[in-house]
Amino acid sequence: MKHTLVALVENEPGVLNRVASLFRRRNFNIDSLTVGRTENPNISRMTIVLDSNVTRVYQVEKNLYKLVNVISVQEVTQRPFISRDLALIKVVCAPEVTATAERFGARVLDQTDGMCVIEFAAEESRVEELVEALRPFEIVELVRTGVVAMGQGGVVTRVEPDWATA
Amino acid sequence: MKLTGAEIIWECLVREGVEYVWGYPGGAILPTYDALSKYQNKIKHVLVRHEQGATHMADGYARATGKVGVAMATSGPGATNMVTGIATAMMDSSPIVCITGQVASGVIGSDAFQEIDITGITLPITKHNFLVTDLRELVTTLRKAFFIARSGRPGPVLVDVAKDVQNASIEFEYPTDAIRLPGYRPAQSASVQQIERAVEMLLKAKRPLILAGHGVNMSGAERALLTLAERGHIPVALTLLGKGAVPESHPLCLGMMGMHGGASVNQAIQGADLLIACGMRFDDRVTGNLKTYSPNSKKIHIDIDASEINKNVKVDVGIAGDLRTVLEQLLPHVPVMQHDEWMSEIREWQRDVDHRDIVNQTPPTDKLFAAHAIRDLWKATGGNALVVTDVGQHQMWEAQYYLHERPRTLITSGGLGTMGFGLPAAIGAKMGCPNDHVWAIVGDGGFQMTLTELGTAAQENININVAIINNSYLGMVRQWQEFFYEERYNATPMHNPDFCKLAEAYGIAAIRVTNRAQIPEAVAKAQSINGPTVVEFRVEEADIVYPMVPAGADLHNMIRRPNNIPDFTESH
Ligand SMILES: Cc1ncc(C[n+]2csc(CCOP(=O)(O)OP(=O)(O)O)c2C)c(N)n1
Ligand SMILES: [Mg+2]
Repeated sequence: MKHTLVALVENEPGVLNRVASLFRRRNFNIDSLTVGRTENPNISRMTIVLDSNVTRVYQVEKNLYKLVNVISVQEVTQRPFISRDLALIKVVCAPEVTATAERFGARVLDQTDGMCVIEFAAEESRVEELVEALRPFEIVELVRTGVVAMGQGGVVTRVEPDWATA
Repeated sequence: MKLTGAEIIWECLVREGVEYVWGYPGGAILPTYDALSKYQNKIKHVLVRHEQGATHMADGYARATGKVGVAMATSGPGATNMVTGIATAMMDSSPIVCITGQVASGVIGSDAFQEIDITGITLPITKHNFLVTDLRELVTTLRKAFFIARSGRPGPVLVDVAKDVQNASIEFEYPTDAIRLPGYRPAQSASVQQIERAVEMLLKAKRPLILAGHGVNMSGAERALLTLAERGHIPVALTLLGKGAVPESHPLCLGMMGMHGGASVNQAIQGADLLIACGMRFDDRVTGNLKTYSPNSKKIHIDIDASEINKNVKVDVGIAGDLRTVLEQLLPHVPVMQHDEWMSEIREWQRDVDHRDIVNQTPPTDKLFAAHAIRDLWKATGGNALVVTDVGQHQMWEAQYYLHERPRTLITSGGLGTMGFGLPAAIGAKMGCPNDHVWAIVGDGGFQMTLTELGTAAQENININVAIINNSYLGMVRQWQEFFYEERYNATPMHNPDFCKLAEAYGIAAIRVTNRAQIPEAVAKAQSINGPTVVEFRVEEADIVYPMVPAGADLHNMIRRPNNIPDFTESH
């Protein structure tokens, strides 16, 4: 089963390296890992998607906690949440391409040299569906950002503002 | 007051209560060594012979005292020489702080002379590490380093300090506020529900067994643990690093478990209906085959590190917390219990073990068996020495035949199994515990990996005794070759130097022991000399550590000692 963890980490050089090194060393296989800025300039937010059993996810979580720069780890999959994966897909232009994109609610972002770039931000599985639908039209290039996730409403993942000025 | 970064390093060490620094100078750390002149009356620096030695000395000191040990080295090769020692400390959760010099911040990344990315190299083998390129961060970083090393599950921390940071000056002010580490919250105590569930299991158990590990010694939980054992009438099995957790003379103490643990101890683990694992991590060397491990028991696991729970062995109650705190939470709910039937079953197994035990047999000739040598050393030292071992057969014989009564009296590389650990760690341990008789028990192989530290022991007149268990073999490997590789003894026989002459070349007194009768006098003589001594025990070459659970085998499927001591003369 897929599990999505959100880790808040200190915005310091080397933290991504520590997390990546941990996954490698402990042989934790991850589906995707994204890092980005947050509402707090001292904090970065990592979204980690794992396809593992619950015990393994617990191990990942506890090991992440052991990293001194990791402030909090939460499994958002436990509570109501939304997630998005952003894809840019370059295909050879054809009328069906635009139609397929529209059917999914994706956008044709660029048309140059007979190629179009489609932009699609949706749940991971939805992105995969679009990719499959476009495959017959010869995908030239494809990039995905990996999943970012956020709890709904009162399900908030952030650090207490009081420590922000380190 | 304006101080240089180099001076600030020493100021911080003084404030952390550091007594000793083991180190080796070189270009990138020279400013700090230069500043040492001002601090020599506050901190004693010990010049080692190899940076690996410095880390093991700091480690030995830390394990013996519970305080943070400090090692220092220069950049590049100095720093990489520390890697084995850092990894050793990591695997056994030993609190050390390593300070390395780094090339000037302006040239970092340019492959400058003796530049190495030591924070990168040690990332997976330190609890945490830091690179300091800004003098304003030096003080906070060093404070954090010591705090992280000693708190929670202790471990090694490395601080790499750029040379320009050591040279520059800044107004020095030592902060008094709490250390801010928002992402660092070591586990503390158990919840009410966890205690309730643990007690429930304890009350139901008919065949309970405590597994005591290194955590007992490190959290100072030995009293609480003994109370639990006595009140609950629960036998205690020890891991290698758990030796000393309860007095081994205590009737409830069964001795060591695992690959070379007592057969009766492993039988008890397999036969138990409740395991209470205290500060141990179900290492493969103590579990054997996980699929058949203690199949009929419920399991309670208490450990400071939440990531250890359910890592190797699935447990019924996992409590992440400081062991002593958790045991003290548990104790008020533990009634006086009796498990006489269980105990007498264990006693039956023990009788069989005693019957086979080599120390209860008289060797046919005046051969010297290592087991006897260590048992006699135990007797001659009144069982009260602080013993530091190296890695190999002698280490296992120590664990089997030297009984420890107090925590922190056996120091040994368990997790990493680092040959070469013994001598330097013993030097550090002795410096931390000057009133203890300190014995390093080393093999002829491992001793030669770090014997260069005899120079350090001689220069500083460290009053340790080094027992070399000389079997002219990499004995433990030879044992595996005998059992599992059809006696092809590739790369295990050793042509050794004359160890006594070698010691004497360092100005160190040396005694050779070739039979059992010489042991008491040799030990007494070694201990009476104020300074390092070497006692070489010429032991049987083809001896085997029994019993043995082959790697990955079921814990109860042990290779047991044949009933009589074999006569080895024919195999040679
Ligand atoms: C640094 C290192 N290299 C190799 C090993 C593998 N190893 C484990 S025990 C052993 C033999 C040790 O021989 P010795 O020091 O003579 O001790 P003995 O087993 O003979 O008592 C070896 C080579 C190790 N543990 N550490
Ligand atoms: Mg040997």
